[in-house]
Amino acid sequence: MARIDLADIAHAYGPKPQSEADYALKRIDLTFKQGGAYALLGPSGCGKTTMLNLMSGLLVPTEGSVLFDGIDVTEQTSEQRNIAQVFQFPVVYDTMTVYENLAFPLRNRRVDGAVLDARVRQIADMLDLTRALEQKARRLTADAKQKISLGRGLVRSDVSAMLFDEPLTVIDPQLKWQLRSQLKTLHRQVGNTMIYVTHDQTEALTFADTVIVMYDGRVVQVGTPEELFERPNHTFVGYFIGSPGMNVLPANVEGRTATVAGHPISLPRVYERLANARVELGVRPEFVKIATDGKGLPVRISRVDDVGRFKIARVRLVNHTLNVMVGEDVQLSGDSAAIEFDPSHLHIYADGELVEGRA
Amino acid sequence: MDKTVNNRAWFMVLPVLVLVAFNAVIPLMTVVNYSVQESFAGNVFFFEGSKWFEQVLHSDRFHAALGRQFLFTGIILAIEIPLGVGIALAMPRKGPWVSVCLVLMALPLLIPWNVVGAIWNIFALPSYGLLGRSINALGISFNFTRDVFDAWFTLILMDVWHWTSLVVLLAYAGLMAIPDAYYQAAKIDGASRWAVFRYIQLPKMRRVLTIAVLLRLMDSFMIYTEPFVLTGGGPGNATTLLSIDLVKIAQGQFDLGPAAAMSLIYFLMVLVMSWVFYTVMTREEART
Repeated sequence: MARIDLADIAHAYGPKPQSEADYALKRIDLTFKQGGAYALLGPSGCGKTTMLNLMSGLLVPTEGSVLFDGIDVTEQTSEQRNIAQVFQFPVVYDTMTVYENLAFPLRNRRVDGAVLDARVRQIADMLDLTRALEQKARRLTADAKQKISLGRGLVRSDVSAMLFDEPLTVIDPQLKWQLRSQLKTLHRQVGNTMIYVTHDQTEALTFADTVIVMYDGRVVQVGTPEELFERPNHTFVGYFIGSPGMNVLPANVEGRTATVAGHPISLPRVYERLANARVELGVRPEFVKIATDGKGLPVRISRVDDVGRFKIARVRLVNHTLNVMVGEDVQLSGDSAAIEFDPSHLHIYADGELVEGRA
Repeated sequence: MDKTVNNRAWFMVLPVLVLVAFNAVIPLMTVVNYSVQESFAGNVFFFEGSKWFEQVLHSDRFHAALGRQFLFTGIILAIEIPLGVGIALAMPRKGPWVSVCLVLMALPLLIPWNVVGAIWNIFALPSYGLLGRSINALGISFNFTRDVFDAWFTLILMDVWHWTSLVVLLAYAGLMAIPDAYYQAAKIDGASRWAVFRYIQLPKMRRVLTIAVLLRLMDSFMIYTEPFVLTGGGPGNATTLLSIDLVKIAQGQFDLGPAAAMSLIYFLMVLVMSWVFYTVMTREEART
């Protein structure tokens, strides 16, 4: 068990990185606390897996160093670091039985006898593999194979950290929920540092205490699920997290007023005049209301989707499109309506980055 | 699904039938025809029934050639398969050296067989061949045209040089098909180099190695050109493998009947061996 520090690391897959664009992972300084449950969230190709492999020692960073409990392990192998890692696609040892597969990481570390047996059976039980223990691994379904991969990651209890690289991609949705909550339970029991890579926000937000959102080789925000939802640091975070994502509208901002498509909107804070930057107003669909008192900004409704507990209306404000969450009780009549913004949840972004206003 | 019966569909099969008839069935039947007849002067034939088959099967000469054939095939398989796998494992997985290695490996396979025989014949000559002279210079008496052991040594060395590449290329293809994730998982699991080979690489190479063994088995059993050019079956009959013996009987002595009977026995042996081998390997695979 360990605290993991990534000290100014950067990684390029090519031999001689020249420009920023050559780096798959741009300079990052990050600490993972001992015992934390972390999620690395971001779209494909954003550097999540690269970061994970740097921690596990499958890759050596081009720059910077990796520290476990303050000790530099940059040059150490995965085995020396004592890391457990589960990959996106199932890896099983075909010629072995399920039992032998699960026992393999322990046997390689000279764990034997009763300890090994107890541990293997415990993990098999947790993953519902007990009945398959004596079967050859190659005969199983992709689901079961991935459970074996997962099991091999979990079977060692003394690891520095457990890393999961989109481990549930190939598993069907019902089992996914079950396995994820089992991982969560395991985390509570063992207290290992767990780092979970995913591009699925639900997975990230339900698994982790701290979510690290990545985009284009950079970390754009580190925070709790609430922070990411309430105060996205970057328009990307706002857009990527939430379903649907945050509405981002080009705006002119001066003092306490933002002007969107000619309509003034009052802001909760005072902002300096932002020159020479692309200024945008961000507001989540949850904080946009259909006005009923005749006030608000006039919009045209282009589509309404009923998603169960609420409806999502797609509306046009002059030439900008917004998503609005509408309660089941609100009746939309005709194709025009008026909207209001919840002033406490308006954010201003300059070139994509959140701008702090003064109170 | 409803099946429509239409006998005109047989016409569609006709071209294949004609093709197979001309390139396999008719030649084979000619041999079958010879194998049951005695010929005089090449144009008078008498029916002899199974006489030639009995004669071949009881002949010491055939037994000796068959024994040499099994010895040869056994030795070259025992060398080429492990050596080929070893070389494939040592080859780089990526980078500019991959193509260099592949070209070097493919080279022996591109040389015409009689040229291979000629090259090794000259190479091994004790008087001025590089190999022959070098060995003699080491103080070891070496003459592959006179000494039985030397002849076998040269013959096997030549076959290993010529055909190990095939095993290397097949094994390498098998290795390249293993996703990186397997190696990464093995690192995480703390597997030793041997464990990686035993539990990942070998099982994944199994199919291609089956093919490699099958190809080398059949090819080495039918080998003719290279030993014919290298030693001509000598010294004496020491390196007379089945095919060389067959040609000696058929063309040297013009005994068409016994030669045809031997051909058929030879053909059936290769067929049965390949079938047994393939069945055993695939059954093994289905069982595990």
